[in-house]
Order: sequence, then structure tokens, then C-alpha cells
Amino acid sequence: MAPILEMRGITKTFPGVKALDDVNLTVQHGEIHAICGENGAGKSTLMKVLSGVYPHGSYQGDIIFDGKVKAFRGIRDSEHAGIIIIHQELALVPLLSIAENIFLGNEISRFGVIDWDQVFARTEKLLAQVGLSESPATLIKDLGVGKQQLVEIAKALSKKVRLLILDEPTASLNERDSQALLDLLLAFKAEGMTSIMISHKLNEISRVADSITVLRDGSTVSTLDATNGVSEDRIISDMVGRQLDDRYPPRHPNIGETLFEVKDWNAYHHLNTQRRIVKDVSFNVRKGEIVGIAGLMGAGRTELAMSIFGRSYGRNVSGEAFIHGKPVDVSTITRAIDAGLAYVTEDRKQYGLLLEDDIRQNVSLANLPEIAKNGVIDTERERTVAEDYRTSLRIRSSDIFHKTLNLSGGNQQKVVLSKWLFSDPELLILDEPTRGIDVGAKFEIYSIIERLASEGKGILMISSEMPELLGMCDRIYVMNEGRFVAELARGEATQESIMRAIIRTAGRDAA
Amino acid sequence: MSIKTFDAKSDASREEDSGSSLGYFKNHLREYGMLVALVAIVLFFAIYSALTGRPTFVSASNLTNLFLQNSYVIIMAIGMLMIIITGNIDLSVGSVVGFVGAFGAVLMVLYDLPVPLAVLICLCVGAAIGAVQGYFVAYLRIPSFIVTLAGMLVFRGLTFMALGSSSSISPIPPSLRALSTGTIPDFLPAFDLANSTTLILAAVVALAFLVFGIGKRGRKAGLGNVHEPSAFFFGRMAIVALAILYMGYLMSTNRGLPNVLILMALLIAIYAFVTTRTTIGRRVYAVGGNEKAAKLSGVKTERIVFLAFVNMGVLAAVAGLVFFARVGSATAKNGTGLELDVIAACFIGGASAYGGVGKVTGAVIGAFIMGALNMGMQSAMQLSIDYQQLVKGLVLLAAVSFDVYNRNKA
Repeated sequence: MAPILEMRGITKTFPGVKALDDVNLTVQHGEIHAICGENGAGKSTLMKVLSGVYPHGSYQGDIIFDGKVKAFRGIRDSEHAGIIIIHQELALVPLLSIAENIFLGNEISRFGVIDWDQVFARTEKLLAQVGLSESPATLIKDLGVGKQQLVEIAKALSKKVRLLILDEPTASLNERDSQALLDLLLAFKAEGMTSIMISHKLNEISRVADSITVLRDGSTVSTLDATNGVSEDRIISDMVGRQLDDRYPPRHPNIGETLFEVKDWNAYHHLNTQRRIVKDVSFNVRKGEIVGIAGLMGAGRTELAMSIFGRSYGRNVSGEAFIHGKPVDVSTITRAIDAGLAYVTEDRKQYGLLLEDDIRQNVSLANLPEIAKNGVIDTERERTVAEDYRTSLRIRSSDIFHKTLNLSGGNQQKVVLSKWLFSDPELLILDEPTRGIDVGAKFEIYSIIERLASEGKGILMISSEMPELLGMCDRIYVMNEGRFVAELARGEATQESIMRAIIRTAGRDAA
Repeated sequence: MSIKTFDAKSDASREEDSGSSLGYFKNHLREYGMLVALVAIVLFFAIYSALTGRPTFVSASNLTNLFLQNSYVIIMAIGMLMIIITGNIDLSVGSVVGFVGAFGAVLMVLYDLPVPLAVLICLCVGAAIGAVQGYFVAYLRIPSFIVTLAGMLVFRGLTFMALGSSSSISPIPPSLRALSTGTIPDFLPAFDLANSTTLILAAVVALAFLVFGIGKRGRKAGLGNVHEPSAFFFGRMAIVALAILYMGYLMSTNRGLPNVLILMALLIAIYAFVTTRTTIGRRVYAVGGNEKAAKLSGVKTERIVFLAFVNMGVLAAVAGLVFFARVGSATAKNGTGLELDVIAACFIGGASAYGGVGKVTGAVIGAFIMGALNMGMQSAMQLSIDYQQLVKGLVLLAAVSFDVYNRNKA
């Protein structure tokens, strides 16, 4: 029988980046097809091409669905053909009922008047199909994440689904809910439904998948037949198999005594206070050392960093912090800054910059008292300071009066770094310091980091790009599902060892 | 690659900056646009009244009245601007004006408290009002629109209660009246003028303006940081200096410099300095520009918003006293609807409804535009209140649309 879906030679470029490069994907009727790859390998982009989020014409290559070449102009087109995607971030309206959510945008109505009897009757049936015993009138906000996921699936079923795509369906589920979801997928398969599942969790993949396509750097690396089982090592090496070249400045570590230490750090989700996001984390950073935190998205790395930096994330944060061996109070952002901490956020536009203001105003923001006397800003001193950083970090702009909104990503990041360097920290926490920055500028950022470390500052670096961690760090902690699951010295850290540490511990403790 | 094109572009725009005065003016249209609009409005009414044979619009008494009539709007626009910069709004100021006026009247007239003491108490009441509202907005995170809408009702209600059975309290003590309608004394009864002190003051201010302006440009030039073309700069300096002198002359032929103008000028100068030159001013803009980024940079964002409301409360109390002194009696209707004039002045003056953007001088010019429109339509054109409302509404919409259009174009 011909495959239900064939994607041939899909290439998708964004300005300056080739997100997908000649990707091929073949999905057979009635199978569960898993797609694996690191963060940024192109999995989500591929699914967006398939579902019409990126419309026909914005990519090269062909989508052949049910034997016909398709040109989807939007999600409506692909849904009409029976391709339904369930995103990692659930798209449900919390204050509407299950029934209203399932038929949202697709209401059963005559002349615009909704036929509630039919809506509820059909919802009952759909809920029975996914094994959810809740009243259709229950509000989404009153359901747990696992049940919400089931509502999403019921919503997909209501649209006559032929190919169901699940993007990291178990990422936010606990062990029991994950198992139930996987069982449901297998049940659907027995009834002949085809699905695509994107997942990091190799144990889940090997349990349900019939075939596996591995993506790396926007290209198809391999398609494996998994009906008779496949070795996890093979998948891992396909996922990460990439050579490190000279993309990092030479590292001359000059590591001193312990600078910063955290013991038994815990933090709970800021809304769902029952959910522990950071679990008993302890670590240390020494003077002049670059320490990395590796992990997948959602592992809790940013939450850890922000909860340490003045409790800017989370509830019921607990644990002890030490600087130079002495207990230190980091319970507000001001105290954390005074203690010598700086946090460079992963999202510089949302959390890092005053985009409408110029370089000068951004640089001085975290340390205004330093350029002021009795609360009056010494504008000349402020200019000198900004000018110094512009020169030493090589921020490319006509002058320091340039709006940061109009700077490139790399230069924006240098402005954020300048701001924190001016606050004269001892420990810099860098969260995804090179996200959205092109390769040339990345090297400059790496050089700055290297220089800061050799000047004796401690660096704690969070990154989802493993090569970056391996290229820069003296020591790497691996974080998974809120815990530190491994600590690897420079010599023993490899992409394989990190990935292995993550996968061995995936789904280990039901939250 | 991208860096090269970017540099080329910014260099080009810079050349344009220092190239022609016209090009510079175009780039800074928003800054000067409203000043030009104000001048255009005044000219329009002047020509209109000349053509229709009505008394001249640009007269000494009109000028004095323009300041007197709008003083309380301007005083509050300064405070409102800081609230708007933080991304909030205060709808209660009109009611606070009414309440503080009534409260002050009760203290001064019914209880015969000395005026300075009563004024001090009123300012403290204003601060307390601001603190309560600010607490709800900043710390309890209740949207300012709702908190101050509630405040608008509450303080109007309290105004009625303060006045009790009397529908109005008067007369006001003479020393307070001097604040709103008095003028500075004539120290040098020389010249053939009503008030020569005013003329001398105007000359001093104009000179100081020139000296400081040129000095600042000189310092900037020393740092290689001058964008403004010299023709434009000297033209601007000359026009402003002449305008100050002319206004001083006009007022000196009438009754002299109103006391309230001195108060206003002081407040404008202080707040212009605070917003542009102090750390707290910088933090106010940072909170409005990107609250999350400001917070993560160690700015105590809640405290800034709280203080902005306290400040607004104090300025509303000042305005309440000026209003009371000007009207001459405290009634329950004092200050009704004033909040809308104040908010409109800020937006006409270039403040952004999204926060983070706005200037004290802009808000003041915005208030004068509204005031000049009011006065012109009333005295020069003798339009009825319905037309006045209509025109003011359209001016507000036009000013903000122009702003948004400009921003999207950039």
C-alpha cells in the first residue's frame, strides 16, 4: 500500500538560517511514526510546514498526502484534509467548558445559533473514545494537564482526523498520565489511525513507535524500522553525531577556590504550587570557572536560575546560597545583585532590554547609583561608561545613542552583557547566551565569556546547544525533570554521555 | 553582512540629521510638532478675531487668563505624565481636586485654621490618597483604571460629605486667593508699565535660557555629539527667547506676572529635571518601557509605581487648592471632569498610551493647546460648549493618531 504521507525534499529558510534542508519523511498507513532530534533540529518547523502554518510557496519540496500533492495555504486546509496537530503548548481556553473547547471555531450550529444538545451529545461520545470521564460542561481550568491533553485529542477526533501529530505530548505529564496517553495512541493504532509523535523520550518511543525518523541540523539523518526494537545508542548517536570544530576560543582555565555554592534548592511552579519544578539541586561554581547546565527544554534550568536570582521565579523557594563560603541572602533581586550575582536572561527582548531606549540608558540601568550623586545622574559619566563598554565589547552601532530595538541580536546581547558587567558581579548566570545570534557574533560572545572567566569571574552557563557547552565549559551539570542527574568534568563530557544521563533518568520520578 | 548594511544606513540618516535644518525638523516632527500646532492655533484665533472685528486675541489679559485658567490642569498633567509613563492611568484626580478643595475650605473657613497649616494638611491628605490608590495598583496589582475609577466615585462622594449641608463654602482667605489670582508686586515702579518687575524677570529668564542653551551645545560639541544643525539651533533659541520677552512685556502692561505662573514654572522645572536627570526619573521610564526587564535589573518596580501615585496625589492636592482659590468657593462640583482634560493634555503632548514615553514639557504644551482651544473658541469665536467638546475630542484623536502613524512608519 502507498504511504499516507510523503514529504519530499522539504527546504525551508528563514532570513539567514536554513531551518530545513532537503528533508524527507515517509509515513505509512496505520503506523506510529516517531520524529527525534535535538532542540533546534527542525522537528517543529517540519510539522509547521506539514500543517500549513508555513503556507505552500514559503518552502521548497512536495507534500504528498493520500497520493495527491497538496498545497496547504493554512491550518484550515490541512485540517480539512485530516491532518491535525496537537502542539506542546496546549491551545485550550481555560474559562470555557470541555464541549465549548472541542467545538471552538467548528461549532455545530444553524444560522449561527449553536445546537447545544448535539454539542453535548457528541462531546460525550468523543470523551468516551479518549477514556475521559468528565462532564462536557466542566471548565478546562478545573482539569489537570493530563486530562487537558485528552481533551485536545478529543478535539482532534471531532475533526475527522486521518493523521494525528503530537508534539512532545508527554512533556508536561507525569508517569501515569504519560502511560495512559501512550496506551490510547496504541488503541487508536489498532483501529487503523496513523500518528506522528515528536518526542525526546526514547523509552516512550521504543515502546510505541513503528518507525523513527531522526533529524539533525535541519536534515534527515536516518529512518529506522522500530517494529523489532532499535538500540537507543543508535538513536542517540544519530541525534548528536556532529563534529566539533574551532568554533570556540581557546580556553585557558585559571580556576580558584569555590565562589558560589547552592545547597538543596527547591522551587515550585508559580501557578500550580503543587508542582515542584526544581528538586533538591546542589551545585557550586569556582572562581574563574565556566560551569554549564545541560538539559532539554522544560528541564527547569531557567526556573532554577531565576529562582536563585532574587526569587524572580517560583513559589516556596527554599535552599541555601553561599558566596565565598558565607551564607548570602539572595531573596530579592536587589539583594542578589548586591551579593554579586548577575542574570543574563534567555529572552533579551522580553526580559533584558528597554528596547525603546538607547544603549547608554540600558547599560546603566542595573547600577544607576554608580553614575549618580545624590540621585542626580552624572550624564557625562554615564556616557563615558557606555562608550567604554561599546568599545571593549565591540558593540556595532553609530554611537551610544542608538535605540537597542534597531541593533542586531548579537549586539543586543552585548548591551545586556555590558549592563551586567557594569554592575560588577562575581558570578554571571548566562541563560542561552547565544540564542538567535548568528555564528560570527557567537564567537565574539564566547570570547567575552572566556575573557570574563580568565579575569576571575564565575560563569554559570545554561544552554540547549550541547556543542556550545562542550566547547566552553570546564564542568557540566546535567539537569532533567527538575533534578541535577549528572556532573561531568570537561574530559568526560560528550554529547552521548549527556544525552544518556538525560534519557536514563527520564520519567523516573512521577512528580 | 547585516552589520555592514546597518552601519551604512545609520550613517546616512546621521548625515541627513546634520545636513539641512528642514531634514532635521522632519525627523523631530513629533517633538516640535505640538509646539508648532500651539502657535498655529493662537495665530488662527488672532487672525479670526482681527477679521471679524472682535477684540484682539493675543492680548495681555487673555495671556494672563490662559495661565490662570489652565494652571491646575498643567500642575496635574505633570503628575499624570509620570503615571502614564509607568503604564498606568489616574481617573480620580478631578474628584481629588474637589475633595481637597472642600476639605481645605472646611479647615480654613469653618475651623479658621491658619492658611499655611491648612495647606500643609491638604498636601498630606493628597499624599495619603495617592498612597492608598498606589498601594492597590502597585502591590495588590489591581488595574489602575479600576482602582482610580473607584477613587473617582469615592472622593466625589467624600466631597459631598465634607461640605455637609452647605452647598458651598466661601469666602476664601485672602492669602490663599493671592495664590491663584494675585501677581508679583512691582518693586520698581519705573517705566510706563503696570509692572516692571515682570519685564525684568522675563529678560533675565530669556537671557538665562540663551546662556544655558548655548553652553550645553558647546559642551555637546566638545564631545562630538551635536546633531542639530546650527541654523536650526540658533533659530530655535532666538524664537523662544523673543517669545519669553514678548510674553513678559504683554503681562507687564497688564497686572504683571501671576503668582501661580511662578508656582507652575517652578514645578515644571523641578519635574523636567527629575524625569530627565535623576535615577528615580530614569527608573520611572524603565518601568514603563519594560517592566520585566526593569525588575530583573534590580529596579523596585512596585515602589516606583507606588511613588508615582503618591506624587500624583500631592500634585492633585496642590491643584485642588489652586482651583478652590480661583473659583472662590468650594462646591461639590469643583473639578468634575478635570481628569479628562489632564489625561488629554498628556496624550496630546506625546505620551504613549503603552507607557515608557512622554515628556514633562510635552504634557505642558498639550495642556496649553487645550487651554488655547478653549479660550479661542469661547472668546474669539464664541462657540457654544457642544462645539468646544467636539473640537477638543477631535484634536486628541488627531494628535494620538499622528503619533501612532509616525511610530509605525519608523
